[in-house]
Amino acid sequence: MAELKFIGGYPEYMRQLIEVVNKTRPQRKDYTPKPMSMEEREEVLKLCHPDFAPGGKRQIMFGPNAGDLAPNEVVDLLEAHPLINPDEFVITAPDFSVDLLIIGGGLAGTAAALLANDNGVKAEDILLVNKLRHGDSNSMMAEGGTQAADRENDSPVIHYIDTIGGGHFANKPEVVEALVNDAPFVMEWLCKLGVIFDRNPDGSFVEKAFGGGSRLRMHACRDYTGLEELRVLRDEFRCRNIPCLEFYPAIEFLTDGNRVTGAILYNLETGEYKIVQAKAVILATGGFGRLHIRGFPTTNHYGATADGIVLAYRVGAKLRDTDTVQYHPTGAAYPQQIIGLLLTEKLRGMGAQPLNIDGEAFVYPLEPRDVEAASFIRECYVREKGIVTPTGMRGVWLDIPLIDVRNGPGTIEKSFPGMFRMFKRFDIDIRKDPVLVFPTLHYQNGGVETDPWGRTNVEGLWVAGEVSGGVHGKNRLMGNSTLDCLVFGRRAGISTAQYLKTNPSFGKLTLEHLKKYKKMMEEAGIKTKRKAPILFPDYRGKAVLARKIDIF
Amino acid sequence: MADEKKNIMDEIAEANKSVVTGIDEKDILHWIHISILGKKYRVPAGLTIMQAMEFAGYRFIRSCGCRAGFCGACTTVYRIEGDYRLKTALACQTRAEDGMYLVQIPFTPAQRANYDIEQLSPSIESLLRIYPEILKCLGCNTCTKACPQEIDVMEYIACGKRGDIEKMAEISFDCIQCGLCAIRCPAELAQYNYAQFARRLHGKYQLSIPEHLQKRIEEIRQGKFESELKRLMSAPVEELRKIYTSRVIEKE
Ligand SMILES: Cc1cc2nc3c(=O)[nH]c(=O)nc-3n(C[C@H](O)[C@H](O)[C@H](O)COP(=O)(O)OP(=O)(O)OC[C@H]3O[C@@H](n4cnc5c(N)ncnc54)[C@H](O)[C@@H]3O)c2cc1C
Ligand code: SF4
Ligand code: SF4
Ligand code: FES
Repeated sequence: MAELKFIGGYPEYMRQLIEVVNKTRPQRKDYTPKPMSMEEREEVLKLCHPDFAPGGKRQIMFGPNAGDLAPNEVVDLLEAHPLINPDEFVITAPDFSVDLLIIGGGLAGTAAALLANDNGVKAEDILLVNKLRHGDSNSMMAEGGTQAADRENDSPVIHYIDTIGGGHFANKPEVVEALVNDAPFVMEWLCKLGVIFDRNPDGSFVEKAFGGGSRLRMHACRDYTGLEELRVLRDEFRCRNIPCLEFYPAIEFLTDGNRVTGAILYNLETGEYKIVQAKAVILATGGFGRLHIRGFPTTNHYGATADGIVLAYRVGAKLRDTDTVQYHPTGAAYPQQIIGLLLTEKLRGMGAQPLNIDGEAFVYPLEPRDVEAASFIRECYVREKGIVTPTGMRGVWLDIPLIDVRNGPGTIEKSFPGMFRMFKRFDIDIRKDPVLVFPTLHYQNGGVETDPWGRTNVEGLWVAGEVSGGVHGKNRLMGNSTLDCLVFGRRAGISTAQYLKTNPSFGKLTLEHLKKYKKMMEEAGIKTKRKAPILFPDYRGKAVLARKIDIF
Repeated sequence: MADEKKNIMDEIAEANKSVVTGIDEKDILHWIHISILGKKYRVPAGLTIMQAMEFAGYRFIRSCGCRAGFCGACTTVYRIEGDYRLKTALACQTRAEDGMYLVQIPFTPAQRANYDIEQLSPSIESLLRIYPEILKCLGCNTCTKACPQEIDVMEYIACGKRGDIEKMAEISFDCIQCGLCAIRCPAELAQYNYAQFARRLHGKYQLSIPEHLQKRIEEIRQGKFESELKRLMSAPVEELRKIYTSRVIEKE
């Protein structure tokens, strides 16, 4: 095949298709397709949403959630052997003995450390461990914002209704109550630590609309909300000299048979393990986008591999709402370098339109996320009206230039500096050209069940953030997950601090739970060589792997 | 019908293969050569530096975080064959090009100070007490040229030297703390740590807690919403659904 010729970031044949979009733009300036009826929504969901389309899920066979459905990729990891053999593994004397072990350094884990410290746990009695660097996480990437009902015409009650409606009324009421009530306190806390939220000239917060919300409630820090929140919390964490280990993932819990009493860490560089003994453990390892459920690309960071769910299930923690996964409708589908990365919902909020190959607006731009995503899939794979990329991916156009047509020139650059920068790096000017989008795997809706203080059904184990389940029911609203991490990170910190005041003793360090787990797997008739947690996805070239000799 | 639906998902998985499970050699149309730590590799054209290194057989532990330009883990220094200049980039946000000589900097040993944010003021005195070395800036602009976020780093340092904390916070806001400015600075400064400090001073002392927020906090403390929330928590789903569908949506 001849060398592809690129013009302004796009190959020639896509350029020609862009001409079609340019041609229909003037007619679309004042036209928006009608929202779907409830029946139409259901139809497209059944046909084309990855959660509803047949296949892709199976029942969990054993343990506290036996009988529940979950994505195959998740069940695969629950039905897997530990990385260590419990019959041979030698538990040495602990390398670290701490009051509080926190696993995962995103917003949830970092907030937990600060609040535990505020509530009397000394810095040196805490240990935070992270698989990557402290802060390399999904939290860092949150663009859109954080919800908190703090305006006159808003209230925690309205926030509650929005949240459970979005979650298909499957949310756990007590934790949603905590979420909406704590939100304003979280905002105050962040301001006092020095987080810079967008402000109006009179000093009040700038608050924006978002999908599924009935009030303007989205607090943002430009389009770098998670970055700003987390780098401030991390700076405070460092100022307090709280001990932290990086590139040391937890690969297993230790228990006395029932209660969680510590964890095994793994030094990613040397392969050496370390034993941590702890009186209380907070699990805050985030989500699972890098499992690429149903072969979808993802917005998530490199370490989002469901480690937390695997570890928690092995000690008998109960999960919930494992059957739904959130796909964001607008992931980048071109160029190759950024496939799967997020194009924020705010683009459509300000007028960008999804179009098919004929330059036709085929869907109302602000349907709920699941409906919007399914309609893109239908356009590409049922109606065959998608645009095919040089690598064979299909996508629909997102006509970003329409934002400037509707709101005046300069709007795009001012409102979306991060997005503008990202595409400019690949020679695409989003002020002039549409971009190609396709749904991308975004958020783990379910997870480990907790009470409003982050406590699980397992003694000694608290959970906070994306790894938990219940607060978002079957579907999370934008801006509720950074909030979730902050609210329940803080609560887990407070709760563990209170628990530690009762002077609990260190427990015995054993792998009894793994032996039990192995037995359950055998009884369920599961035969496999799979091992978990996987820690990272593997993107190495196939040709290289085929010739690999394992010496070291 | 059921079969047809399943096919859609399989087709999607097949189409996404190049980013999920890796590209098949036979599907590669164009190749380039890059050099990683001095060793040459042939990789497909059109990948990021990060993806190209993975194709070559690297499995990252370090130098890879968000994969989306937000965390600054993947800082890379490179030179193009035939050109003497050293360039800087984020490996996850930069296309690999033919003739690149690459090395990654997984860690910047830059100095950062500890302080008690409660005991400070947003002033030049605070900045100079915590980071006196900021005055050593030579005004060479190397940092600005190195910044993958196109931040005017030299300018925010200049703001710091003048004590303009607000401006320093504003200019540095998009900083992802990748450390490339610090690595290149002839005065051995750690610009991004000073910027972090300035932003916290600005956020804490130069912005106030909005009144509407304080009011809401007071209302919650007094239990204003408690009974209504408790009622909803045990209300039947039909009632909740009714409330939900009859919401009035506020427009911007
Ligand atoms: C691109 C993107 C945009 C988003 N935008 C928004 C938004 O606008 N608003 C909003 O509210 N939410 C948003 N979200 C969701 C939100 O950012 C996350 O759900 C939330 O921040 C998760 O925080 P966390 O602390 O639970 O997990 P994370 O932030 O992912 O942190 C978990 C940490 O634990 C580490 N870890 C994992 N396994 C182990 C292990 N075995 N041992 C040790 N450490 C481990 C991880 O590497 C990571 O550093 C977005 C998410 C993404 C990906
Ligand atoms: S200012 Fe420095 S640390 Fe921040 S993004 Fe630019 S080069 Fe990286
Ligand atoms: S590189 Fe260093 S010395 Fe040069 S302008 Fe930047 S801060 Fe100043
Ligand atoms: S991996 Fe986070 S910026 Fe590149």
